[in-house]
Amino acid sequence: MTLQQEIRVSDELKTWLGKEAARHTSPPVSEADIRKCAIAVYWPEMPPRLYWDADYAEKTRYGGIVAPEVFNPFAWSIGIVSGAFLPDPISPILQRAGKGLNWLNGGNRDEFHAPMRPGDVITSVTSLDDVHTRQGGRFPMLFFTKKYVWTNHRGELVKVSRQTSIGVLGTP
Amino acid sequence: MSLDHTLYVEDVQEGQEIPTFQRQTDLMHWNRFAAVNDEFVQIHMDDEAAKKAGMTGAFGMGNLRYAYILNMLRAWAGINGDIRRLDVQHRAISYKHDVLTAKGKVTKKYAKDGKHFVDLDVEVTNQKNEKTTLGTATVEMPSKMAHAKAR
Amino acid sequence: MTQSKDIPITPGLKAYIGREISRYHSQPIALSDIRKWAIAVYWPETPPRLYWDADYAKKTRFGGVIAPEDFNPFGWPVEKPKQMDFSDIYAELKKMGNSLNVLNGGGGAQFLTPMRPGDVITSVTIIDDIYYRQGTKWPMSFIIRKTTWTNQKDETVRISTNTQINY
Repeated sequence: MTLQQEIRVSDELKTWLGKEAARHTSPPVSEADIRKCAIAVYWPEMPPRLYWDADYAEKTRYGGIVAPEVFNPFAWSIGIVSGAFLPDPISPILQRAGKGLNWLNGGNRDEFHAPMRPGDVITSVTSLDDVHTRQGGRFPMLFFTKKYVWTNHRGELVKVSRQTSIGVLGTP
Repeated sequence: MSLDHTLYVEDVQEGQEIPTFQRQTDLMHWNRFAAVNDEFVQIHMDDEAAKKAGMTGAFGMGNLRYAYILNMLRAWAGINGDIRRLDVQHRAISYKHDVLTAKGKVTKKYAKDGKHFVDLDVEVTNQKNEKTTLGTATVEMPSKMAHAKAR
Repeated sequence: MTQSKDIPITPGLKAYIGREISRYHSQPIALSDIRKWAIAVYWPETPPRLYWDADYAKKTRFGGVIAPEDFNPFGWPVEKPKQMDFSDIYAELKKMGNSLNVLNGGGGAQFLTPMRPGDVITSVTIIDDIYYRQGTKWPMSFIIRKTTWTNQKDETVRISTNTQINY
């Protein structure tokens, strides 16, 4: 059975397109979380003060510390294996469809709205944005894109992220 | 690194290249990023696991190169700019000790709904000038004219 | 405290006994710092609620979330804390014929007051003792570091010792 035949039989996946698949609420964001994220992404340089110096940040237009755009408030949530990959019911179906494939990070398309601040509680809603196969190069490939919409506890839109994964049969 | 400057849209030219952001990365960088992103994946931590997946050894996560593009944009835009959009694709692997340089080039300036935006082509190249990550970004920035009117 | 061991130490080394090596403060401990530490040390099990569930922890004798005993509040500093330069100590050891190979001789800790969200911990490390002992193969130096942690209420949180062996 070829890869494309496997996907064609999975109408189950198509029913998830555009539908809310999962909803997660983060723990409250702390200054410490933001500081650590900034240290990591600027390592080994000291990160900008906006991300860790409350006195400095208060005098900026933000009025306080904000998180870098890459900040993940779901990191280290209780009961979630990996905050970088929030669980949802689509993943097992995709895993079955892509059995035996090597997975690659196909990239992101992200929009940034209200910055994240200490004290914020972020809600993420996951949906399946796209799934298709392509016969690329030597091997067939499976593409899927999940969409994550983040809002804060004030109801403000924080981020819309589309993340694509590529499953490749054989060595990429 | 200081963000203490304001970049106005009038001071940006289409076609200009913005200051780069560079890192030579290894497990010291990847592990720190894994810790804050809660992204513990064997191929980014363990040579044997990476070899089983067809690579020559453990390699850096695309999300860290993504973060370096954001760092570059943030440093350029300064405290009064906002990164509004970043779209990237990862095209090649970054291995230990590769020198990664995030680069950006302004492609368009425009105004919309009273706000001012700059679009850029962005990429992360390695020491062989191979594009490991590429994409586009949009930064919103203040206008001197709007600032002057407001006074 | 100077102990008489097999080999007398130089006056230069003796002068370092009791000296403060370092003094620094933590960032205020965040609830999230404690939660992450607990997740890491209990992985892959869910850690005890005492370390992350504020509603649960309020009803315990602790009255709120506390950190596990081995919690390190000094992780992820923006600037690495400074400590005393050891080059003079090493110069004295070299005078005594030491090759400066190093081993961690172990240590211990007493856990006194639990650490809580909001606490700012001060760490003070001193050289508690230095002595020289004839080992089976080589003479070995022992540098005992004693570290005392106190919180912002001046309560002693932890006292720990660590032995550095050079041979």
